[in-house]
Amino acid sequence: MGLVFALSSATPVPSAAQPVTNPFPSTYRPTVSAPLAITGAHILTGTGAEFVRGTILVRDGRVEQVGEAIAVPEGYVRIDGSGKWVTPGIIDAHSHLGVGPAPSTPSHQDTNEAVSPNTAEVWAEHSVWPQDPQFRLARAGGVTTLLVLPGSSNLINGRSVTLKNVPATTTQEMKFPEAPYGLKLACGENPKRTYGSRGRSPATRMGVAAGFRRAWIDAAAYARQWDKWKQDGADPAAAPKRDLALDSLAGVLNGEILVQQHCYRADEMATMIDIAQEFGFRIRAFHHASEAYKIAPLLAAEDICVATWASSWGSKMEALDAIEENAPIIQRAGGCAIIHSDDGLLGQRLNQEAGIAMTAGRIAGIDTSRAEAIKWITANPAKAMGIADRTGTLEPGRMGDVVLWSADPFSVYALAEKVWIDGALVWDRADPRYQQPSDFLLGQPGQDFTR
Amino acid sequence: MIGRLSILLGALSLLLPALPANARTIAITNGRIVTMVGAGEVDNGTILVRDGRIVAVGADVSIPAGAEILDAGGRIVTPGLIASGTALGLIEVRNVEAADDRATDRSDVSAAFDAGYGLNPDSLLIPVARLGGITRAIATPSYGNDGNRELLFAGQAAAIALGGGPILVKRGVAMVLDMGDAGAERAGGARGGEIVALRAVLAEVRDYVRRRAAYDRGETRDYSLSRADLEALIPLVEGRMPLLVSVNRASDIRDALALARDERLKLIVEGGAEAWRVAAELARARIPVLVTPVDNKPASFETLGATLTNARRLAEAGVLIAIQGNGNNRERELRYNAGNAVAAGLPWQQGLAAITVNPARIFGLAEQIGSLEAGKDADIVIWDGDPLDTLARPVAIFIRGERQPMTSRQTELRDRYRSDGR
Repeated sequence: MGLVFALSSATPVPSAAQPVTNPFPSTYRPTVSAPLAITGAHILTGTGAEFVRGTILVRDGRVEQVGEAIAVPEGYVRIDGSGKWVTPGIIDAHSHLGVGPAPSTPSHQDTNEAVSPNTAEVWAEHSVWPQDPQFRLARAGGVTTLLVLPGSSNLINGRSVTLKNVPATTTQEMKFPEAPYGLKLACGENPKRTYGSRGRSPATRMGVAAGFRRAWIDAAAYARQWDKWKQDGADPAAAPKRDLALDSLAGVLNGEILVQQHCYRADEMATMIDIAQEFGFRIRAFHHASEAYKIAPLLAAEDICVATWASSWGSKMEALDAIEENAPIIQRAGGCAIIHSDDGLLGQRLNQEAGIAMTAGRIAGIDTSRAEAIKWITANPAKAMGIADRTGTLEPGRMGDVVLWSADPFSVYALAEKVWIDGALVWDRADPRYQQPSDFLLGQPGQDFTR
Repeated sequence: MIGRLSILLGALSLLLPALPANARTIAITNGRIVTMVGAGEVDNGTILVRDGRIVAVGADVSIPAGAEILDAGGRIVTPGLIASGTALGLIEVRNVEAADDRATDRSDVSAAFDAGYGLNPDSLLIPVARLGGITRAIATPSYGNDGNRELLFAGQAAAIALGGGPILVKRGVAMVLDMGDAGAERAGGARGGEIVALRAVLAEVRDYVRRRAAYDRGETRDYSLSRADLEALIPLVEGRMPLLVSVNRASDIRDALALARDERLKLIVEGGAEAWRVAAELARARIPVLVTPVDNKPASFETLGATLTNARRLAEAGVLIAIQGNGNNRERELRYNAGNAVAAGLPWQQGLAAITVNPARIFGLAEQIGSLEAGKDADIVIWDGDPLDTLARPVAIFIRGERQPMTSRQTELRDRYRSDGR
């Protein structure tokens, strides 16, 4: 398509003319912490490497060194990791924490702007309630980074936001600095049910495809307007009128906004791939993707990640063919498999869900090593979210997002004993100072113990 | 937690021919048998099965000539797991109404609604649950969606078997009722309203029992319930059928306890997010609790005290607990829920008990199932590791002595596509 669009302009124009890239900038600042050494632990780095008695050094918030014969320099806080396991911080590629908080009251339910099939103009970050108690529960499960998405009632549901799972009062304080935006798309039963029941399109899957194509035609026309304006000298007085929804869609067309598409059935995913090709954009990940295993080579060839579950199946017709071995089959085909949660309970034990998928694969003769399977909840979600150059593995220079597990992290018995984000301790099972509940739970029953 | 088993490759080599269970004697040998009863764990033990029942369990069981022998290879052998509070057999897909028989919207069928009818032994969900080691379930009705219908009771739960013969094992194992938020909403919007209505209904039932003949002659006052509902509630008021109450908030549990005491009802608490706060009272009143241990989020104002330690705290206080799965399609996660309770401090034996012998006791089925000893139905699972762990799977499953296929529609899909995406 060769679209050139002005979204990436480095200097924000204060007027409402040219789209400002980053009107809600991150104010997240890592907590300054002493250098850290975990010694003698079983380390899975997220790169495919595994050290059975390894040491990891974290300094200035970054991974400094990982390996087996590493001396701990003076001045490091030493943690004996004997008998324990270390992994990168867990990344949940499909979360509704904050936007669909607990308690689930209509007052706090801000997941679905279900008033129009295309609400590309809404941004999940404007729905996030940082006091959602589930953020802490996810921290206790080792989750350090979350992709928070709008719901799936619409075809185009709005922008996602990538959060660091740190206690915070404002959403900006949680925002992962410089993480690319995502756009949440949904096909299949949800938009069909939401709008068909109101006598509106989409009422069918052909309506779903048509709705998407209509939106991309508008987006391309909008992008052309801005291209022409730039070619004509970018006179602020002559700038086209901005459109929030088309800003998001045009951002997809120029590759700056990553498509995160909720889609269950193999045939629908293939249709969505064709639509992406028609309009010249890429789908970064299919989410839920229950039938991805049926088209594993296609998804691998297209370099589209598959964010899925192991256990969940059959909640609706389009999920009827979900199997536990989805992730291992994608993995073996050379694809990018992700285990996600979409749920505040499962999001506390993505490690176990990965263990279920890994074990199911083993029984089916599709063996995945622990060193590879850990990527499903670390490196691969980082890739789908466009942050793999900063987190998701324990390579030197990456963010010091680290979990110390009491046991094999794929086992039901593994507990996240300590969790660090950018080298700062944010969860400690043995220390109540690192278990503080959110504002909402203060004064409520049962806050006096590890949950 | 128990240690990792050494996996003996190829030990489960015997393929049993497809004969009717009641015509054979089967010996499962060399098992680490977790009996869940007095015998405790038997290392290197044998279970002898004849005519679908266990006839002997122990280290020195002599194997009769002609018995088929299955060498468990030192693996863990447990009773089949029991899923309580599920709709297995009543539902296929949630939003396909024709395949969902969990609830009725009829206004004259509330307590009388019987989950023992309409059970579908061919449900796609059953083999999936079974591959999670589940051999029995308590099929539990739920409420219909008609918001204008004020129904107190969801209906009666039924015990079912997931293979090895007819699906229905026993009707009427519990009367199902919501209290707390959901019950209050159904009864007009407030907790006080529901409890008053419940007391009035129970009084009606007692009145009806005394005046049945007069009722048939049309000589009684009008009752608010249909005849079918009145009849269905007689075992409840006579203490022969337990009342399974879904209730979460500590104060609501106390209200349920008071109601049961005053009305002399046999109570089972279900959900019980804050039951740990009432643990001593529950233990004193010998009220069992069905918990979903992983359900630790403050999802509503009645579950603010939800915690992963609920199961452990209840067990420590002496409450008889059963652990529930994650519902229907996700029932196979039952054993992981028990594992998570163990990770939160519940002793391993009690975690396994909470998905075997305890639910059998709670629903009056312990004479037949829930443990491995002579006289019990031969519901037996052999595991390739720790049954509560995500890293282990069943390798053989028997229900009423009949070996179950290790396949489901999901494994057939897997096998069709696993080679190369076709």
